[in-house]
Amino acid sequence: MNTDALVEALAKGPIAVGPRAVERRLGAALAGGATLATLAMLAALGLRPDLHAALREPMFWAKLAYPLVLSLAAACATTVLARPAGRARRAAAASCAVAAAMVLAALGILAIAPAGGRVALAVGHSALACVVAVAALSLPVFALAVVALRRCAPTRLRSAGAAAGLLAGATAAAVYAWHCDETALPFLGLWYTLGMVMPAAIGAVLGPRLLRWA
Amino acid sequence: MDASGLPGATLLTYSRPGPAKLQHAGTFFFARRVTVAPARPNNPQSTLKPAEETLRPLLLLGLEGDRAAYASFLAQAAAHLRAYVRRRLTRWPDDVEDVMQEALLAIHNHRDTWRRTEPLMPWLHAIARYKLIDALRARSMHEAMLLPLDDESEDALADADPHAGEARRDVRVLLETLPDRFRVPIECVKLEGLSVAETTQRTGMSASAVKVGVHRGLRLLARRLRESPR
Repeated sequence: MNTDALVEALAKGPIAVGPRAVERRLGAALAGGATLATLAMLAALGLRPDLHAALREPMFWAKLAYPLVLSLAAACATTVLARPAGRARRAAAASCAVAAAMVLAALGILAIAPAGGRVALAVGHSALACVVAVAALSLPVFALAVVALRRCAPTRLRSAGAAAGLLAGATAAAVYAWHCDETALPFLGLWYTLGMVMPAAIGAVLGPRLLRWA
Repeated sequence: MDASGLPGATLLTYSRPGPAKLQHAGTFFFARRVTVAPARPNNPQSTLKPAEETLRPLLLLGLEGDRAAYASFLAQAAAHLRAYVRRRLTRWPDDVEDVMQEALLAIHNHRDTWRRTEPLMPWLHAIARYKLIDALRARSMHEAMLLPLDDESEDALADADPHAGEARRDVRVLLETLPDRFRVPIECVKLEGLSVAETTQRTGMSASAVKVGVHRGLRLLARRLRESPR
């Protein structure tokens, strides 16, 4: 096909587009994925039984706020990286800073805690369950975000995959917080962080393969 | 900032001797300012800004539904992309048009990923680069086993040995043992010094068949040379 004919053919079809297509696609993926993750959490794990009392504890809100902040940063990063030439250094730096601060706070509290109680403080009673649940609950957002990203045009596939993974992990952690009844900050700093970083790392590994668009 | 219309005038201004020192300094400064970054039509840096200025308004109109503006955007983007791809795909000049069209199609299909408040050219080039890398990957996987045979390396091979005339006699014997599809391209390209295009015309073989024939034939020849008793 010669180029003039191609240009003519392309200009004949519908050409007008709305301005926020990328945001709408990723927003729909996030909303759908978060809903699925919430339903899965309610069905498989259930709300924590003492939720009513927990609403008055700052720790409950910290467990919600930490993932939500990362989720917001990841959402910004994903919408930028979904576009050709997009890079999201500031959002990436902000996410790393927040996560690093939380891990450092966790380690600091562990350092000043009495030696005998450290393991209990760090591991709580549900460390493994937390990491596994957050990783599993991240699947719906991750899958839908990948589908949405493939309809956009990312050109830094590894970064875009990592951003989508972090978005999925952080959203999943915010959902899991409604089930989790741990009360120690070190637990939040260590296991929530690990649960969120894992999907991000998986996203970075799979990004170049999953996000290749044609 | 666009100095494309000025180089001639600049040259005159610059070569005219300035009677007063101050005026000369002013002339010199003006000449320097204009000639520091001359706008050459084939320089990507110099075409970047004008392309942004001409393409951007057209695409903005096109995204609102203006067909004439959009067609004009596509046509001018095609010309820009053709130059962009040609500079980077020097080993496969025949594929420039294909890759350019793939990039143009991607630009059309993903036009809703351009944020209208941001510069257009980085977005456009990122798509072109993405498609270019796709194309290079596909082609290098296909041709990874083949040596690049451009005219320069062929000349170098043909002229490398001052006693090539002597060596030729010995190779002839072994060459006769090769199948025609290897022997003919080697005789044309390596012994007679024809280009691949000339060989194509004379033998009716395709260009890639000639290159593959030369390459595989030489490899086979080398193996037989090693095996044949001295």
